[in-house]
Amino acid sequence: MDLIDFNLKKILHINLNDYSYFVEERDMGEWIGGVGIATRLLSENIKKDVDPLDEGNVIVLAVGPFTPAYPFASKTVAMFKSPLTSNLGESHAGGRSATAIANAGYDAIVIKGASSKPVYVVIENEKVHFRDARVLWGIEDSLITGRIIAEKEKGRGIRAIMRIGGAGEKLVRFAGVMTETYRHFGRTGLGAVFGSKKLKALVVIGKGTKRPSDAKSYREIYNKIFELATASDAMKKYYLIGTPVNVAPLNELRALPTRNLESAYFENAEEISGEKFAEFNLARRIACNHCPTACIHLAALRIPYEDEPYFHKTIMISYDYELIYSLGSMLGIGDRNALLKLMHRVELYGMDAMSTGVCLAWATEALKKGLISQNEALAPLKFGDAEAYLKAIDNLYFQPNEFYKTLAEGVEAISKKYGGKEFALAFGGNEMPGYHTGHGGYIGFLIGLRHSHLDNAGYSIDQKAKEDPEPEELVEKLVEEESWRQILSSLVVCFFARGVYTPELVVEGFKPLGIEMSEDELKEIGRKIYLEKLKLKKELGFDLGKMRIPKRIFEVETFKGNLDSNYIERALNYYEKKYYRAV
Amino acid sequence: MVKILTIKDIERCVGCALCMYACSRRRPKSPYIGYDHSGILAISLSGFERGATIIVCRACYEPPCSQVCPTDALVPRKGGGVVYKEKLCIGCDNCIEACTISAIFKRQDGKVALCIHCGYCVDFCPHSVLEYREV
Ligand code: SF4
Ligand code: SF4
Ligand code: SF4
Repeated sequence: MDLIDFNLKKILHINLNDYSYFVEERDMGEWIGGVGIATRLLSENIKKDVDPLDEGNVIVLAVGPFTPAYPFASKTVAMFKSPLTSNLGESHAGGRSATAIANAGYDAIVIKGASSKPVYVVIENEKVHFRDARVLWGIEDSLITGRIIAEKEKGRGIRAIMRIGGAGEKLVRFAGVMTETYRHFGRTGLGAVFGSKKLKALVVIGKGTKRPSDAKSYREIYNKIFELATASDAMKKYYLIGTPVNVAPLNELRALPTRNLESAYFENAEEISGEKFAEFNLARRIACNHCPTACIHLAALRIPYEDEPYFHKTIMISYDYELIYSLGSMLGIGDRNALLKLMHRVELYGMDAMSTGVCLAWATEALKKGLISQNEALAPLKFGDAEAYLKAIDNLYFQPNEFYKTLAEGVEAISKKYGGKEFALAFGGNEMPGYHTGHGGYIGFLIGLRHSHLDNAGYSIDQKAKEDPEPEELVEKLVEEESWRQILSSLVVCFFARGVYTPELVVEGFKPLGIEMSEDELKEIGRKIYLEKLKLKKELGFDLGKMRIPKRIFEVETFKGNLDSNYIERALNYYEKKYYRAV
Repeated sequence: MVKILTIKDIERCVGCALCMYACSRRRPKSPYIGYDHSGILAISLSGFERGATIIVCRACYEPPCSQVCPTDALVPRKGGGVVYKEKLCIGCDNCIEACTISAIFKRQDGKVALCIHCGYCVDFCPHSVLEYREV
């Protein structure tokens, strides 16, 4: 039985060009795991100027040293060149993906090349099987693909089935990869990279076991983490109402982007609030593997068939704050059932919900302003009209005309072609998350290495202090938070458990696994990974100077007043000198 | 009194597998990381859209698994189920075939893993699915 060896990382390399694979073992302890080793592995294996949809693109999946030793270390980090932003792509997903990879014995998986015909790949500890997926290609519903593979493959309960839906096949640039039905590698387009490689799914069946170096303290620290997670308030927000608990307070704060950010207040927000979903729609909760919280909230939606009386279907739909914002308030949808249908449609094709919502919101405004015609939009897009949006989502998949082909490339691409950049709400090419909270939020999107609210939680800095700090100080705060989050993403601890995994606890958790590290050393590694990632992002084509800030954000007051472009400029200048130019 | 592991309310199961990891850690001197040695399995019901469940020994009074074991590695336990004498197990898989509810699992080292009704996992189920009760 293997003892955990922190420094020695086991990496599975898969090449889809010739259906070959090999295992590499090497010392990468200084990069911890997860995002740390994925950054290195991507950098080493990719030609930096490659087209993201070319076979030369490389996908790295990585897990961390706490997987599966402790609860919450259940995220797989995916890194690749993003077809949406054309530079560094990164997204994280839970389900069983991380624990299956770790139990199969790997710290990382590197996928290169492209298959000429559709395939899916099954990793079963040391064996890799390449399976014919021609018959699965064209199944646009990611749920069905999952079910078919689940029936055929073994490993019930100990496997992850990461697959794409129709959006990934059709190279929608913001297509995601779904795992265990309800978890997603959502942001920055991993699904399109799978699609370009003709990779319909990646199945990982993990069965291995390791031993801690100290049995007694391992069990003790495990118990401590478990108690912190279940007895304290640290996780409450996520298991009671779930992330949608934010809908009402953000709306109260005038921070909920509504109708393509014509406003930051949605008059129907109460109807689509977490409380209402919990009261009327919540049907069950499920969990990622090795997570006591079970934050995945599923709503049941009963839909009658119009052509046959008393004939119904009931579908289960996972809902979260981000979907309620992007497919709800952003599109003016204040009806829960209609909103659930939109969520389901996006889930089925496997698109990133935030990107989809922002693209459709832009299209609605563009149609209203006459930048595009009804002939282009095809569906009668109007804020609040869910039926029209369902058609538009279908069109993003079918891409029946030039307009939808371009829209499927994201809001940056479409506004470049048709105008309306002022209200094309993307930062660094990534469609915005639902936080019109102030300078912290937006500067966070701009300098965050994924342009995601989760990079540095600027929205939370906004809400914590009445006054904004000096721009330079704000940048320092954001970078400090993002650097610490590199540690969490290297341990692959779920960000929702960040209140549990303090630096002190991480250091304590290391010990029974045979790792001696101080809190300071740990934080230093976080900064190192942050800079390494920024460097890779630049090498892959990121240009801070070309960052576009849509005018719209200045037109809508935040709870601290209007945004100040000078403030943002000062922040970006400071960031440029201190960090961007330094790597 | 002898106790066995039972299921209080399976509908509460969220499929988190914390019970599996707990089972792997159950031996104080030799806990495992992972679930290869787990005697309990958490699964989704053909996809999480239909919920989750666990598969675990029901503590038979006349355990078929023990009846087919050629080496007496599995001997009936007072109160139901079996005592597993790992050293005697030759990995023939007869018991895996014999258990009607498929609650015996193949380990990577060739031997088997099954619930021995120690009760350790109960405190780690965050959603009160499991119960350790007297028979
Ligand atoms: S393992 Fe199966 S056959 Fe053996 S006692 Fe348990 S339920 Fe009965
Ligand atoms: S009661 Fe003991 S042996 Fe049975 S599943 Fe729980 S921890 Fe494992
Ligand atoms: S710990 Fe409880 S909720 Fe989680 S899988 Fe096991 S029985 Fe189900």
